[in-house]
Amino acid sequence: MIQGQIRLRPCGDSAVTIEFGDRIDERLNERVVALEDAVNEARLPGIIECVPTYRSLLVHIDPLLAKHDSLLAELRRLAIEARPNLRNGQLWKVPVLYGGNHGVDLGRIASGHGMSEEKVVSIHSGSTYRVYMVGFMPGFTYLGGLDPRLATPRRRVPRNLIPGGSVAIGGAQAAITSNPSPSGWHLIGRTPVRCFDPDRASPFLFEVGDSVSFEPIGTDAWDQLRQRSAAGEIVATCSPH
Amino acid sequence: MQSALTAIRVIDCGPGTTLQDRGRFGYRRFGVSTAGAMDRSSAAIANALVGNMQESACVEFQMTGGRMAVEGGTLTIALAGAKSSLSIGGRQVPVGQSALAKSGEIIRIGPARKGVFAYLAVAGGFDLEPEMGSLSFHRRSKMGGEALKSGDRLPVKETNNSELLIVESPTPRSGPIRIVAGPQVDSFKPGELNRFCSGRYIVRPDSDRMAFRLSGPNIEHSGDANIISDGVLPGSIQVPGEGIPIVLMRDCQTTGGYPKIATVISADLDRLAQTAPNEAVRFSPVSLDEAIAAAREANEWLQRLLATIRPLAAEPSTEFLLRANLIDGATDGS
Repeated sequence: MIQGQIRLRPCGDSAVTIEFGDRIDERLNERVVALEDAVNEARLPGIIECVPTYRSLLVHIDPLLAKHDSLLAELRRLAIEARPNLRNGQLWKVPVLYGGNHGVDLGRIASGHGMSEEKVVSIHSGSTYRVYMVGFMPGFTYLGGLDPRLATPRRRVPRNLIPGGSVAIGGAQAAITSNPSPSGWHLIGRTPVRCFDPDRASPFLFEVGDSVSFEPIGTDAWDQLRQRSAAGEIVATCSPH
Repeated sequence: MQSALTAIRVIDCGPGTTLQDRGRFGYRRFGVSTAGAMDRSSAAIANALVGNMQESACVEFQMTGGRMAVEGGTLTIALAGAKSSLSIGGRQVPVGQSALAKSGEIIRIGPARKGVFAYLAVAGGFDLEPEMGSLSFHRRSKMGGEALKSGDRLPVKETNNSELLIVESPTPRSGPIRIVAGPQVDSFKPGELNRFCSGRYIVRPDSDRMAFRLSGPNIEHSGDANIISDGVLPGSIQVPGEGIPIVLMRDCQTTGGYPKIATVISADLDRLAQTAPNEAVRFSPVSLDEAIAAAREANEWLQRLLATIRPLAAEPSTEFLLRANLIDGATDGS
């Protein structure tokens, strides 16, 4: 029963979380995306903005403008009716310079899992990931689809500052970081692609529901792509999924 | 009147002095925090006293005061929020009034004697380029530039608005901070919400614009202290593994992975924000319907208060005179 799995959890008078389930699952995330589209389309009075996450949608509400009872009923109806695949995500190919100074934890991940660095790179760049959520920092992109062989618990002591564009592993998840920030994730490489560039016409690159795959590059390509990226170019390639 | 070159220059201020408007909305789905004034009502009052839109950007002072120099013209300014003091060129300005500050004069804001956040509004507002629709500074993402520091120059928009205004003294609500249970009250042992609401908590000194950390009775999870990350908002009360409740505030991130036992109602967020470090705070549960009603009442309270704003020169009402005698701070009687 689809309806039975849907839970509306009020977050005070200014938000409600609409939950589709309790696990990290592509199907659930697809329904989150579908619900967000439906909510935006419905233009319900009193909604400020939506935040899609792994398996739920947070709807921010203005309590002075919303009629709560009818709004919650309408959101429940939209959640029940939300059907996936309303939005066709993009497929991104993201260049990554693995290891060395750009991926200081690659060696540790490799030895921790009893494999070579090359093997880690080949597994990591051989998978296709789904953008499940953007959060934590502007443009910080959470990816699902990490090969279980690479899953690694986060650092017990987080680093105070990691560089933007880090390609990272945290538990069973993968990520591309945006601004420099503190982090407990393991850094296996770095991309010249900027998830967030305030000077770009579209400052945020990835949408929830997009797919991402990684392409290993060498230092020459890194230097070149980094310059182009700094000049405002999007150096990831993109095709319809 | 002021020219396009009118500005205020920061002489000195505390590290928590920032520009804040209502906040940066519409980008939370991309991980962009809203930030915004910690005490919205006080920022609205300061703005209304200088004829600005209620949501305009103010200088937000956190505990410390500061000094600023007026450059290039005459400004109309007002201060509201934490109980502190305002003087212009050495003249004390009574609480709840706007005043003129001439070019070359020094505006001095005293440290907070009660409360935390004070708001300085300038008629016309600041002539600065918003970032993603807002001038609010967000410390962790560096949205909105930098925190204010000595030497910064804040240009002010041209305006003819120089009428001096006065507002009646607000009578703020007191009592426990009201909360609504959830969204993850079921992640805690039965009775933990009661324990939270019957406990006395102290606002820890390491609290900031992002989160108020509380010390008091620890709260026990029923199982895992992690959830699959979901959306959070100012007012979310999350409880990490060690059981110490943390109330997320205006600078909070957009998503989080700790269970949230309850949510502070929107009507009480300003009041919580003004609770100083080491002060006690208590919580009491209300229903969602009560929380919605409280949001409307709080808005009506603010609009009623703003409706008492009148020209300083006009004849005060008897009621106003009676109240004015109760105002803490200087009254010059003019």
